[in-house]
Amino acid sequence: MATAISVSGLVKTFGRTRALDGLNLTVEEGEVHGFLGPNGAGKSTTIRVLLGLIRANGGTVRLLDGDPWRDAVALHRRLAYVPGDVILWRNLSGGEVIDLLGRLRGGISAARRGELLDRFELDPTQRGNAYSKGNRQKVALVAAFASDAELLILDEPTSGLDPLMEEVFRQCVAEERDRGRTVLLSSHILSEVEALCDRVSIIRAGRTVETGTLAELRHLARTSVEAELVASVPGLADLPGLHDVQQNGTLLRCQVDAQRLDALVAVLTRAGVRSLICRPPTLEELFLRHYGGAASELEPQP
Amino acid sequence: MIAGLSVLLRLALRRDRIMLPVWLYALVASVASAAVSLRHLYPSQGSRDRLALSINSNASLRALYGPLYETHSLGALTAWRMLAIGPVMIALLCQLLITRHTRAEEESGRLELLSAGALDRRAPLTAALITAGSIGLVFASVVLAVMLGFGQDVAGSLAFGLAFPAVGLLFAGLTAVTAQLAPTGRTANGLAGGALGTAFLLRSIGDAAGSSGASWVGWLSPLGWAERVHPYGGNQWWLLGLLVGAAAVEIAMAYLLLARRDLGGGLLPQRPGATTAGAGLGRPLGLAWRLQRGTLWAWAVSLIVFGFVLGGITKGLQQLVNDTPEAAQTIERLGGTTGVVNSYLSTCTTFVAMAVAVYAVQTALRLREEETGGRAEPVLATAVGRLTWAGSHLLYPLLGTFVLLEAGGLAMGLGTGAVLGDTGGWIGRLLAAGLVQVPAVWLFAAAGTALYGLQPQWTTGVWGLLGLLLLITYLGPAMNADHWLLDLSPFTHVPRLPGGAVHAAPLLWLTLLSGALAAAGLLGLGRRDLG
Repeated sequence: MATAISVSGLVKTFGRTRALDGLNLTVEEGEVHGFLGPNGAGKSTTIRVLLGLIRANGGTVRLLDGDPWRDAVALHRRLAYVPGDVILWRNLSGGEVIDLLGRLRGGISAARRGELLDRFELDPTQRGNAYSKGNRQKVALVAAFASDAELLILDEPTSGLDPLMEEVFRQCVAEERDRGRTVLLSSHILSEVEALCDRVSIIRAGRTVETGTLAELRHLARTSVEAELVASVPGLADLPGLHDVQQNGTLLRCQVDAQRLDALVAVLTRAGVRSLICRPPTLEELFLRHYGGAASELEPQP
Repeated sequence: MIAGLSVLLRLALRRDRIMLPVWLYALVASVASAAVSLRHLYPSQGSRDRLALSINSNASLRALYGPLYETHSLGALTAWRMLAIGPVMIALLCQLLITRHTRAEEESGRLELLSAGALDRRAPLTAALITAGSIGLVFASVVLAVMLGFGQDVAGSLAFGLAFPAVGLLFAGLTAVTAQLAPTGRTANGLAGGALGTAFLLRSIGDAAGSSGASWVGWLSPLGWAERVHPYGGNQWWLLGLLVGAAAVEIAMAYLLLARRDLGGGLLPQRPGATTAGAGLGRPLGLAWRLQRGTLWAWAVSLIVFGFVLGGITKGLQQLVNDTPEAAQTIERLGGTTGVVNSYLSTCTTFVAMAVAVYAVQTALRLREEETGGRAEPVLATAVGRLTWAGSHLLYPLLGTFVLLEAGGLAMGLGTGAVLGDTGGWIGRLLAAGLVQVPAVWLFAAAGTALYGLQPQWTTGVWGLLGLLLLITYLGPAMNADHWLLDLSPFTHVPRLPGGAVHAAPLLWLTLLSGALAAAGLLGLGRRDLG
């Protein structure tokens, strides 16, 4: 499988601010790649480098086998972009903007455009200044999905969309993936990323802190365990890999490193299990582990 | 008490803490330097009377500065010199202040954020009007102090000083109304700016026509009222009252309109747009045309109307020359009757060129506006290169300026021909007069492009440069300014047509300089970060 986006050691400074500080990102062709990070982590800056709008200070960036700065125009024919904050020309209607952006990219399918307008329930005759935030977002989404691009770069594309429209968005991304397109999806909405993405990269302060499939990331993280036992097990807290242990007679709650789960279950089985709930970490927990909590827990697992 | 007013006032002063002192300083400095140079140039009563004769018998000088009636004091001379242009600058400042703090804030969505606080809906407009009014009064007090410093009488100095804020308030009130009507700050500014330009031209036309009949035209313009206050002469206080009264009516109307409309809405209804884009709107050129055409049409229509009117009053100039023998002598030195008409028309052409320079800067800076407004990004994320995008917009300062100058020249030629005959000849001469101004106008657009490409955060500085050079072009020659100062303005170097000799050299180097600046800007744009 070829690589659609390959970024390594990317550095971008604005004056004294180091917005990107050795960021790595690899997106394979045909995958939907989630791009996560808190506000100000550098997601939009990375995307702007990928679009050749700003120039990297260091590191290497390859996009669809080209240099995003030097080959900007040729590469842009093959990609479509949806910004996080869509700003329209106030005297152009939504329909005109969709056609304009499509044509500037090299063409737009009228049938697909009409179908998407229906699905997103967008009125194309309103002018730019009359649209709500969600509707402006839909204009950019219709323009992007109606294009024939190989790569979609979506920067928090669902901000402002209602839950129904977000469902339409998810279907559209799934269809794009089925058609073999590559999608880079920057998002804050973890359920969206969990539902859509094959792989994710989590960045923080301009660096990549985790990257891999969700299964891989989960494997690095802890499973939460709730058990009711026949008899209490003394010394449980001393088992390696156990965290946040709460014991109340025969009731047990704890977190366990994924690779120690097997050993814990063996100990519990010996004591006799009445009930057992094991919950793999949600993306939200993964995310919070990197951004919340004590500083010592923020470093990636070895 | 209007809730939130004091907070908004402080916000306005905080946002304008650089702009206001700079404008004030520039205006006070022009009043003071006018007084100094007039005292030096015309020390005796005799010299002042000769000045009055040469001004009053020359239509183009009257169009520029207005007639000079009162010559008995330095104050009267200074007031005459400054009252043709100073109130325009104050009016412009007031107009910018009003849109900046009302409609532009509303358009950007910032006012929505503020309005959710404990804020009276009248607070933003009131804060803007108070800011504009106060800056005018501060200026009037400084002018009063300066003129008293020159030993002029109190009443005259007070009338002189107050003429500025009175005009300022009138245009602030007008802008307060246009800001309610127009949905965007740009349109509100455009409407008010158009009115200011009209007022300036009506004043010029009235003064150029002199006593030959059409001088009543000057009464149509508030700037004509300010000029007729005659400080240190008649001190026509009632005209100041008229200005303030008219302003009060406008302001009352603005508040009435404000109470009747929604936040963010204009009073002009918006039609639904097209479902699909027309064939033209598929390339950068088409987009730029769509975004720039309104401005171009508005300018073209105004210049054609004014060109025609300016040409149409040439008949009056000739009659005046025949009427007064003393005047005829002065005129003879200018090259006879034809000389008078030529000199008047070349002054008018310079006016038109100065206006087109404003258009040139406005359209060149559209690039910066699109970029900072976030509208360049979606276009540049498609298969459109930066140079293509920039080029599609820069066509307007490049070719639009040519179209406007020629449209103005054509209309002036038609107007002149209609009253003097030889229409074909006049059209030819005035088309040529417009043509030679093109490289001078280009220079401003090129400077804006260079700043935009190389130092984008300083781009708006080109407005300051334009203002300064227009002031030098306008006031410099009459104040016997040093040659090096006059030489800074590109308008000094282009041939004075019709009537003057044509030298190709200045046109060539102005074009080359413009080309070099624009190329440097585009080169910089290709290398720098966007957004």
